[in-house]
Amino acid sequence: MRAFFRVAAFVVRKDLTVEVRSFEVLSTTLFFAVTVVLIFAFGFVQEGVPVDGVAAAILWIALAFSGTLALGRTFERERQADTLRALMLAPADRPALYVGKLAGILMLMALVEAVLVPMVGLMFQAPIFVAPGWLAGLLAAGTLGFAAVGTLFAAMLVRARSRDVLLPVLLYPMTVPVMIAGVRGTAALFQAEPDLGLAQFWLALLVFFDAVFVTLALWTFEPLMTD
Amino acid sequence: MSGDFERVSVVQLGRHYGRRRALTDLSFTARAGDIVGLLGPNGAGKSTLLAILATLLVASAGRVEYGDATMSEGGADLRARIGMLGHDLFLYPELTARENLAFFGRLYGLPDVDTRVAGALERAGLTARGDEAVSSYSRGMRQRVALERALLHEPRLLLLDEPFTGLDQASAAALVTRLRQEQARGVITLLATHDLDVVDGLLTEVVFLRGGRRAHAADAGGALRDRYREAMQSA
Amino acid sequence: MTTAVKMQLAAATLMFAVAPWVINAAPHEATMGLVYKIYFFHMPSAWMFMLGAIVAGVASARFLFTKNPKFDATAVAAAELAVLFGLLTLVSGPLWARKAWGLWWVWDARLTSSLMLFLIFLAYLLLRQFGGPGSEKLSAGLALFGLANVPFIYVSVNVWRTLHPKTSVVPTLPVEMGRPLWFCVTAFLLLFLALLSLRSSLERQRARIDALYLAEDEA
Repeated sequence: MRAFFRVAAFVVRKDLTVEVRSFEVLSTTLFFAVTVVLIFAFGFVQEGVPVDGVAAAILWIALAFSGTLALGRTFERERQADTLRALMLAPADRPALYVGKLAGILMLMALVEAVLVPMVGLMFQAPIFVAPGWLAGLLAAGTLGFAAVGTLFAAMLVRARSRDVLLPVLLYPMTVPVMIAGVRGTAALFQAEPDLGLAQFWLALLVFFDAVFVTLALWTFEPLMTD
Repeated sequence: MSGDFERVSVVQLGRHYGRRRALTDLSFTARAGDIVGLLGPNGAGKSTLLAILATLLVASAGRVEYGDATMSEGGADLRARIGMLGHDLFLYPELTARENLAFFGRLYGLPDVDTRVAGALERAGLTARGDEAVSSYSRGMRQRVALERALLHEPRLLLLDEPFTGLDQASAAALVTRLRQEQARGVITLLATHDLDVVDGLLTEVVFLRGGRRAHAADAGGALRDRYREAMQSA
Repeated sequence: MTTAVKMQLAAATLMFAVAPWVINAAPHEATMGLVYKIYFFHMPSAWMFMLGAIVAGVASARFLFTKNPKFDATAVAAAELAVLFGLLTLVSGPLWARKAWGLWWVWDARLTSSLMLFLIFLAYLLLRQFGGPGSEKLSAGLALFGLANVPFIYVSVNVWRTLHPKTSVVPTLPVEMGRPLWFCVTAFLLLFLALLSLRSSLERQRARIDALYLAEDEA
């Protein structure tokens, strides 16, 4: 068991070290996320006033789009010198490699959220400090659900043709429950009278989704990645 | 299965992708101290064979025996005894040689990783430049790091896919020396290559591949180049 | 074509031929008149869609873990049927909605969930078509995930919708309408089973042809 998490930790550390050399994935993902928010703002801000209840939706859409990009870029790195093969060659537990990659993506998305949430709060007058614990919970659970499925799909598509377009084609329908729960839960928190009960329901759904899909991913990672 | 193995046997191995045959009815045995050359034109199935031997690919027919066990029984213990130098070198370009070696060393669960890494860098002659990013290295230097990476965990089976590509004479000679060192330790080496002249004195056994099948040359003596030509024509 | 499949197709054809009279015999519904009778095709289509999704998901799981290609053949057949019947569901649904509520699409919970699941299985077909070699395994993973997602899709869409009801609740059916419904369900089921057998045996034969090419190559 400890070996499992040690392997995952080595993978995370390696990914962090690689990223820190250039910050390429982080900077491009952040920039892209900010651009998405702005583009949607142009659509939804009329006469200087944001259309009602739009902040939550824009936040989650920006996270979904930028998350997909980050997933693609992270696994593209493992294709460069065929290092994914080297990882599969190692006597390490294969699901541990998955967990390591997932942890890396989660860290990246957390940084993106740290920038996007204040930005959305500022631009759309969204009350992000009213129930910060709940908001953080929703974001954490939702990001985990999205990343758990996304990491598996990105990994399994590494050697497929048309993988750039297939990742969103596969990922978006599969993560619809995450988007619905995330947007509706966040919207419930951003209301004039925050509906904590509703937010709690959506959070519970997300946690349940995470449990099911992380387990499923761990279970199917090896058969999907081996030939 | 935790044992080491003294031989690797390929028994009637076959692999196909849909209608395309990559390997057909291939059989041979390699023992400790053997350096087996896999020689053939592009598309002959050399890389496929190496991938199957590395347990990265499953055979469609036949089997591979590592000592007394087969691949499906092997698992992680078997992978711990296999080292591979792929065509694409398996190195993270943004990391330094030291970091690359240390990462794989830890991934393989090796004790005293730092000492081993220092030793590996020394054997590769790169101690001075060990802390520069691999992307700044020449092909020959990257090759040396990649080889040390494959040997870091002291594998029993060493698989090399076109290792002499892009190497100048000095680097090629250094690689040959290194392979002989491993041979003396009892490592089983399988080497797919086009560079017949370089490996002529090095190989203890030769497997000619053409169209996924084993081809044969009539006489066992003579220059490798001539034997190769004969094998390709006879198939 | 096996005897069983021939009989299924014959029975299904017969039942579909008779269906218009059976449906006509069902009583008229007060508010909607004739158009509600599209329900008799819409419901069975939806059920066959779900059945296709379940068969595809289960067969995919078995394929992933046993690597036996006959499971992959069943999975792709079921996925194609899911897309086919899903399309029928998604076309007949709005036809009803237009007449009942004056709008083509009303974000009804069930219809929206069906659309999401339909997209997943459409993605399955896209993956198989464009994913290159090895995509059978990858699509099996997708189908398995899709099946696991069904309850989540349904619950999330349902709660999302019922909080902002804009349309009236679908009326419950009186008992006399049960008979034509079951008649149509049976017809659809026979068609589904026949098509599943045909399509999966087609897929298995395709694999056999590949094997024959290989054997010939060896000779």
